[in-house]
Amino acid sequence: MERPLTKHITIGGGPLNLSEYEKVGGYEACRKSLRTLTPDNILQLVKDSNLRGRGGAGFPTGLKWCSMPSLQNSPRPRYLIADADEMEPGAFKDRILMEGNPHQLIEGLIISAYSVDTEIGYIFIRSEYTLAAKRIKKAIEEAYEKGYLGFNILGSGFNFELRLHVSSGRYICGEGTALANSIEGNRAVPRHKVPRQTESGLWGMPTLLNNVETLCNIPHIINNGAVWFKNLSKCKDGGTKIFGVSGKVKKPGAWELPMGTTIREILEEHAGGMLDGLKFRGTLPGGASTDFLVEQHLDVPMDYDSVQKAGSRFGTGTMIVLDDHTCPVGMVHNLESFFARESCGWCTPCREGLPWTAKILKAIEEGKGEPGDIEILEFHIRALGPGRTFCALAPGAMEPLRSALKFFREDFDTHIRDKRCPWR
Amino acid sequence: MATIFIDNIPYQVQDGQNLLSACLSLGFNIPYFCWHPAMHAVGACRMCAVKQFRDENDTRGSIVMSCMTPATDGTRISIEDDDVREFRAGVIEFLMINHPHDCPVCDEGGECHLQDMTVMSGHVYRRYRFKKRTYLNQNLGPFINHEMNRCIQCYRCVRFYRDYCGGRDFNVFGAHERIYFGRCADGTLENEFSGNLVEVCPTGVFTDKTLRKHYTRKWDLQTAPSVCPHCGLGCNTIVGERYGSVRRILNRYNHEVNGYFLCDRGRFGYEFVNGSNRVLQPIIRDSSNNSKNSNQPVQETEVLEHLAKIWRSSKGIIGLGSPRATLEANFSLRSLVGPENFYLGMSEPESKMISRIIQVLRSGPVHSPSLREVELCDAVLILGEDVTNSAPRLALSLRQSVRQKSMEIADRLKIPRWADAAVRQAVQSKKGPLFILSPFATKLDDIATETLRIDPNDIARFGFQVAHEINHEAPEVADLQPNLKELAIRIAAALKQASMPLVVSGTGSGTLSVINAAANVAWALSDKGEKAGLFYTVPECNSLGLGLMGGGSLRECFEKVNSDSVDTLVILENDLYRRAPAEMVESILRKCKHTIVIDHLFSKTIQKAEVVFPCGTFAETTGSFVNSEGRVQRLYRAMPETGEILESHNWILEIIKTVKPDATDHLLNIDSICESITREFSIFKPLLELAPSSQFRAIGQKIPRQSHRFSGRTSMSANISVHEPKPPDDSESPLSFSMEGYPGIPPSSLIQRFWAPGWNSGQSVNKFQSEINGPLLGGDPGKRLIEPSTGNKWNYFSDIPEANGHRDKEWLALPKFHIFGSEELSRFGASISERAPKPYVGISSQDADLLDKKEGEKVSLVIDNVLLNLPAHIINSLPRGVIALPVGISNLDGIELPAWARIVENSNG
Repeated sequence: MERPLTKHITIGGGPLNLSEYEKVGGYEACRKSLRTLTPDNILQLVKDSNLRGRGGAGFPTGLKWCSMPSLQNSPRPRYLIADADEMEPGAFKDRILMEGNPHQLIEGLIISAYSVDTEIGYIFIRSEYTLAAKRIKKAIEEAYEKGYLGFNILGSGFNFELRLHVSSGRYICGEGTALANSIEGNRAVPRHKVPRQTESGLWGMPTLLNNVETLCNIPHIINNGAVWFKNLSKCKDGGTKIFGVSGKVKKPGAWELPMGTTIREILEEHAGGMLDGLKFRGTLPGGASTDFLVEQHLDVPMDYDSVQKAGSRFGTGTMIVLDDHTCPVGMVHNLESFFARESCGWCTPCREGLPWTAKILKAIEEGKGEPGDIEILEFHIRALGPGRTFCALAPGAMEPLRSALKFFREDFDTHIRDKRCPWR
Repeated sequence: MATIFIDNIPYQVQDGQNLLSACLSLGFNIPYFCWHPAMHAVGACRMCAVKQFRDENDTRGSIVMSCMTPATDGTRISIEDDDVREFRAGVIEFLMINHPHDCPVCDEGGECHLQDMTVMSGHVYRRYRFKKRTYLNQNLGPFINHEMNRCIQCYRCVRFYRDYCGGRDFNVFGAHERIYFGRCADGTLENEFSGNLVEVCPTGVFTDKTLRKHYTRKWDLQTAPSVCPHCGLGCNTIVGERYGSVRRILNRYNHEVNGYFLCDRGRFGYEFVNGSNRVLQPIIRDSSNNSKNSNQPVQETEVLEHLAKIWRSSKGIIGLGSPRATLEANFSLRSLVGPENFYLGMSEPESKMISRIIQVLRSGPVHSPSLREVELCDAVLILGEDVTNSAPRLALSLRQSVRQKSMEIADRLKIPRWADAAVRQAVQSKKGPLFILSPFATKLDDIATETLRIDPNDIARFGFQVAHEINHEAPEVADLQPNLKELAIRIAAALKQASMPLVVSGTGSGTLSVINAAANVAWALSDKGEKAGLFYTVPECNSLGLGLMGGGSLRECFEKVNSDSVDTLVILENDLYRRAPAEMVESILRKCKHTIVIDHLFSKTIQKAEVVFPCGTFAETTGSFVNSEGRVQRLYRAMPETGEILESHNWILEIIKTVKPDATDHLLNIDSICESITREFSIFKPLLELAPSSQFRAIGQKIPRQSHRFSGRTSMSANISVHEPKPPDDSESPLSFSMEGYPGIPPSSLIQRFWAPGWNSGQSVNKFQSEINGPLLGGDPGKRLIEPSTGNKWNYFSDIPEANGHRDKEWLALPKFHIFGSEELSRFGASISERAPKPYVGISSQDADLLDKKEGEKVSLVIDNVLLNLPAHIINSLPRGVIALPVGISNLDGIELPAWARIVENSNG
């Protein structure tokens, strides 16, 4: 089984420096792209590879690149942003990539920038990722020194400047448009999606934003071709994926596996199954802002369409597992407190609804729930749904709550009826 | 036009607008908070949700925000759909969970948009059972009260203050459910338009602090349409009165003039009306007892008899008009004394400038734009005018005009202009050309492309050169420095490239040649086929009206007095000490045997007068002003007659009746005055169509100044008599001092308050507009008097002034206007005077070094033989050799500026 993304990463080990990276074939793809491929060649390869965005929405990467305006009459400069603001609870896949092999990301950025013709790039990194930031900073310096960044890269005439921007630490910054506001020094509030960022993004200029893991795949697609990439997968979405598991399993962690590996295989073979004495009750398959899947879904393959069909979202592919000794009300309360805290405060339902949700869940968990509380929670699930809030934060926050009420309703009712949490 | 379907019924709407505007224009009620007609849509509050359907077969639909969705042909929406109604009620529920239940003690109560929208949404029952959040409030200065607990986080305030007004000392802080709108620390809001927060805020976070001192609910105010008297722009206002005092000023929407916003001087400048230095009774000074300086209050009949005596014995009488009195008052005075004896009560240089402005606007080919048209201009040149301080509301319009050119970016990206946040993100800080030539830094410098700090003569010279660069037929300035010539070429190019270039100038620099230069630039553009605009600011609310009426200048008046052919002076609403040097005024007043003053505030002139008639302020006056655009506008008194106070024109009519009992062509009332004016001056013809005559009735009824909810009318004067008094009569207007009357929407010039069923706040203006942001129903009030002449022959001004140069030991003293303090009337209000600067002399930092003066150290200077001893205020932006003196502040009244000043050294007085 091939693991192109993580082959050279040892968890807990140091990062590959530039020469080590070059020794294992690093920057070959970059050299190949800039010397032998046209931007359109690369775009075609990415399209053919069926690479889909690894940040959560799963939008086909090639299509996204196509939405950058054509070069004639395009305002300049154009920007490329690596979204490294990995703040989804349960997700730590980008961290592994950035801490372990920062040059892989930089190489992916250079090739992508060349393909979509952007001259300035940003890596927008989560503020808590201090180690990754340090390593990326060093890697950027190395790349500049070696001529992979800056003016006239590898004599190709292509210029690309790359900057590291450390977030000041808000979940909402992971939302692409809030991220752009944040880089500009404004409040991290999402923007209206018309026009798209590719038309008017950072500083009003055409801006392409991709997730770290997405960009890390690019050098491998260049080196090995679209067919090879598609064949890595067990489904029609191309490539491998770094799946993560957290919760009360024997071996929490992250593993690069083919797209389409089943939940059961990830949980049982790689995460070692539940801790002794505990039973699996459910999982948030794609991070905190996805719906619970339960026992009946264990054989669902982890790919965008299958998880969606099962009633949840693939998200970041990083599962949080709920066991039978943990209170689902408490878990959802924990999540909603997080989302309430991370609301940017721009739109009413999110700003006011999430704290209310969290307060009700806290009351229920503390035995102070009242009849009617469930109806109020259900009202929130409707009022904070897609299209009703300004961005996707609140609808995402409602997904674990909605599915918890669907699968664990009995637990909520017991809390309210008995005026206590049965697990306390 | 597009056809949209609202709950399955087709409607024709203007293409390209958003659904919220379209629906409101059609008369539908959709609740909203963050959307504002002037600030457009950002989609934050989620209140204006409607359900949109793909086509007629779509039965599920999806919820969209009407403010963020374009009304395109075939759009199908439902406002009444159950799902979306539940959502809208839910949004209100969210907003109300933290909103205090303090409506009974909240200043906004009764005109609260949040109250209205809550009722409109149908949310009634409270389910939230947890604690409400609370905030600390800030002291934001004398104008605005802050009560953050009431905030519903609609972001309107910060968008208005920062994005629309360019203010920097106010912002939004915090995140998630702890959002805070205010300053980073307590302190006075610096922006000149902060008062609009009172109307922009949909609830009671920002309320009028001056109203709070004598609070009255909206429904208890007696209100009338008025025009702001505090500068020449003529912003439309609503004056609210109760118990004989003015309680507050609100904006009165006029599409062409002030739109939705006023400046703080206009909003808070009213306090002088209630001040302690009002003249409340007629006064006859006993001339035999002059040394005791006793002012004797007398009755109306007595004073008129006394006047008749003066009249009989007088050998000659002249009248001095006033640029702050109505056309009707000025005309009445003119009729009283005869046209040949009527003089403009403006200072000598001012009357020259005003008549030049009139000449330029009447005989030249260039249009004087309204404030709305200013906002559409895409390149601006300001010559010598500090508009933020001399005509504040214009500065706000200019802030919008610099956005015009960059709108092209949004258009190219197909971003609708109403998508405010998206437009601003696409445009970023790119701004259209704005060039400011001023002797010192101005508040608009932050949006200027280039600024040049030179004295007024150099400004004029530079302006002449710009005109020449646009069109070589305009005269050239021979000896201009090469770098200035280059700048002139750049400015000329920018103006020529624009589709609507604008030249702004005015009387603020006190220099006639600046006005000439501005005309040359605008004419040169027009000559080149550009659709140029020329905006002259004028100092007072009726400067242009008085100028159009015409009359002798102050110097001629003084000459006449000195020639001994007259011995009686009738002064209308004027303090001569503001118009001419004190020594000169005093000698004239000494010379006149009888001085008769009609005014409302005690002034130095009144102290010297033999007879004083107490007249009404703007709040107690019906009449007309002509604004700087040349638009004549009607104002109506908000207060009934009280005590001995009459409107100026009515005093004069009384005087005419007394002194000319046999005359047959009596002016009777405001209607007959207006008729006489139009008979005599063809330019004032539109006066007759300006507003309905006093005989107008809507379905047989007057328009009530009191709301139908007006309370206490049987008890208001019960301490005097328990019998309910008859409502005071108002024979001069179709408005009544009563609750009874026509309850519907009156003709636009008579709109006394904005209110509609379900819309108690000022947001109800949408029910009075022909469409959102459009003219008022039936057309905006006010009539333009001056249109550019077509085919008239005009010549470029060619009298290019010499450069002032530097004089040894002499400094060129220039006038510096202050929005708070320079204007004659508003400075007597408590809150405005709190904001006014102390007297100072502004000197450049180099001159300060030269004179060895530090900030605050006294400087003694002599101008025109007057010795002034003032603390130094270092203004870094001043050019060397130039000093600035604050206009209208303290003992500087009457000094004509610019003038050369000698600084007397070795004084530390």
